Amino acid sequence: MSTITYREAMRQALRDALTRDERVFLIGEDVGRYGGCYAVSLGLLEEFGPERIRDAPLSESGFVGAGIGAALGGLRPIVEIMTVNFSLLALDQIVNNAATLLYMSGGQFNVPLVIRMTTGAGRQLAAQHSHSLEGWYAHVPGLRILAPATVDDARGMLWPSLEDPDPVLIFEHGGLYSSEGALTGTDGVDITSAAVRRPGNDVTIVSYGGTLRIALSAAEQLRGAGVDAEVIDLRCLRPLDTATILASVAHTHRAVVVDEGWRTGGLSAEVAARITEEAFYDLDAPVARVCSAEVPMPYAKHLEDAALPQPERVVAAVRQMGG
Amino acid sequence: MLRIRRFEERCVELYSRTAIRGFLHLGIGEEACAVGLMQALTPADAVVSTYREHGHALARGIPMRAVLAELEGKLEGTCRGRGGSMHIFDSATRFYGGNAIVGGGLPLAVGLALADHLQGRQLVTACFFGDGAVAEGEFHESMNLAALWHLPVLFCCENNLYAMGTALARSESETDLTLKASSYRVASWPVDGMDVGAVEDAAMHAAEAIRGGAGPHFLELRTYRFRAHSMYDPDRYRDKGEIEGWKHRDPIPLTAARLSDQGLMSDEALERIEADIEAEIDDAAAFAEAGTLEDLADLERFVVSEAAGMGDG
Ligand SMILES: Cc1ncc(C[n+]2csc(CCOP(=O)(O)OP(=O)(O)O)c2C)c(N)n1
Ligand SMILES: [Mg+2]
Repeated sequence: MSTITYREAMRQALRDALTRDERVFLIGEDVGRYGGCYAVSLGLLEEFGPERIRDAPLSESGFVGAGIGAALGGLRPIVEIMTVNFSLLALDQIVNNAATLLYMSGGQFNVPLVIRMTTGAGRQLAAQHSHSLEGWYAHVPGLRILAPATVDDARGMLWPSLEDPDPVLIFEHGGLYSSEGALTGTDGVDITSAAVRRPGNDVTIVSYGGTLRIALSAAEQLRGAGVDAEVIDLRCLRPLDTATILASVAHTHRAVVVDEGWRTGGLSAEVAARITEEAFYDLDAPVARVCSAEVPMPYAKHLEDAALPQPERVVAAVRQMGG
Repeated sequence: MLRIRRFEERCVELYSRTAIRGFLHLGIGEEACAVGLMQALTPADAVVSTYREHGHALARGIPMRAVLAELEGKLEGTCRGRGGSMHIFDSATRFYGGNAIVGGGLPLAVGLALADHLQGRQLVTACFFGDGAVAEGEFHESMNLAALWHLPVLFCCENNLYAMGTALARSESETDLTLKASSYRVASWPVDGMDVGAVEDAAMHAAEAIRGGAGPHFLELRTYRFRAHSMYDPDRYRDKGEIEGWKHRDPIPLTAARLSDQGLMSDEALERIEADIEAEIDDAAAFAEAGTLEDLADLERFVVSEAAGMGDG
């Protein structure tokens, strides 16, 4: 079993897709000559040439829209947007075109497009480079929203996303690129289900993307205190795999949702609502949430740390539930 | 210019000592743009800038102490440490950031100018952005609005030929940026951005015309960044020879040579300037280092205006 970085896993996935299907191409700002702003696509230009590793000018709405058009035209584009905050310049294309064309056209025009982008905070990049807006995208019918948290998912989610006939958005947490993990396999990675990353009996900690590490670290701390936490990685934020969450809550009777997005109107609200709607009588305590503070992300490290979910806050939330 | 150069060189040291974190974009090589341009502005004018704005901020007159404290995330910084290097704001000098969304500042500048225009103030809004921003829709929308409504905006495009790793010729079908502005009927000029005198002359001329009611102007300041895009950038996309070539046009030695040829500056005077600058930077560094951290209890302050009530649960 080999250990690789999340970045390398992503790069392998891109190389594999480009090799397997000649309709696939990568387009985005600085994906080619520069090597990708997080060095994910480094070396791919030399391997696949400028037609398939296509540098785009700073024009998010333009090149995302072009990706949608190319998908309609029979290609399988992978569009990279540097950071989720910049995807807002392309929000119109994603929400008003990619997500709606199939439905509006009465099933005639599907959009087989993959959009990848970096999300999340933790690197002192302040309020225009650090937000976790995947929850917003998860609000939109017509999109599939993925959040690979492990190297297996970074390596394995891209191909099934390209096989999906509809638009798929992949959110890569910026703090994960240099993280390492064991690559256990590349086949059979699904893009529909949540995964139980750590089995346990006393409380369910629901996480995804960048918060999986936090949930696992909190679970370790709780173990020391005699609390056996089960950790769920949502993996797919839309559609949500509610069954896995409910099955877990059915035996732990407690749940904490950890989300780097804001609490108000966020993904954590959706997960908590589903648990209360569908597993209310399984619960021994109200569902708790650990989210980012309701502020634009500050630059100073102590403020950023305070704004973000931390393992200690998860532990404290579990402690508060008693039992 | 020397003051900005030495300041940013100190920033590099502070970055390697981790006193400064996050993204740090340096304008080393581009100082003539900031310095030349600011000569044309009055204190009442407004400035909108980008994430590569240390030079703009210092040339505009924001105290170095506050700028450096901001870069170090301190409460004494221009924005209490919430913004950092990319987000310097200062109401006293009407410096509206520090915007890290490429092209994001242009519509703001249009709006600031609209406010001046509607309220009968003869002011100029100077808006800095890079060559990369020209590809964004917001550039085109802003050019059109400013021209259509005849607004007092001075668009200052610092064309350093690259947007991160993408050379201008690889991102624009038309690389003469003045033509783009002209196509919106915005008066536009190419300017040697390595020549502080040329920038100053062009800016003076444009600002005067704007104040006289001539509508928006566009200056394409042709310049070059000597260092990588940011501290994270390995700079794989530029030829070393190209960088060295541009260093021969370094605005600082060029200006120093010109002044000394004209008998306006002696070697001793230059040494004195260097010493004064070093003393100012040392003082700012000590100030920033001694700065304090914002109280965590204030994390949620300023999400909404304090007069309007606090917090949203
Ligand atoms: C909307 C948006 N897209 C992408 C980025 C990432 N990015 C930051 S700076 C930059 C290059 C901008 O180049 P240019 O406008 O020429 O300014 P320069 O950095 O050369 O001063 C890019 C692509 C961003 N900050 N905002
Ligand atoms: Mg540039």
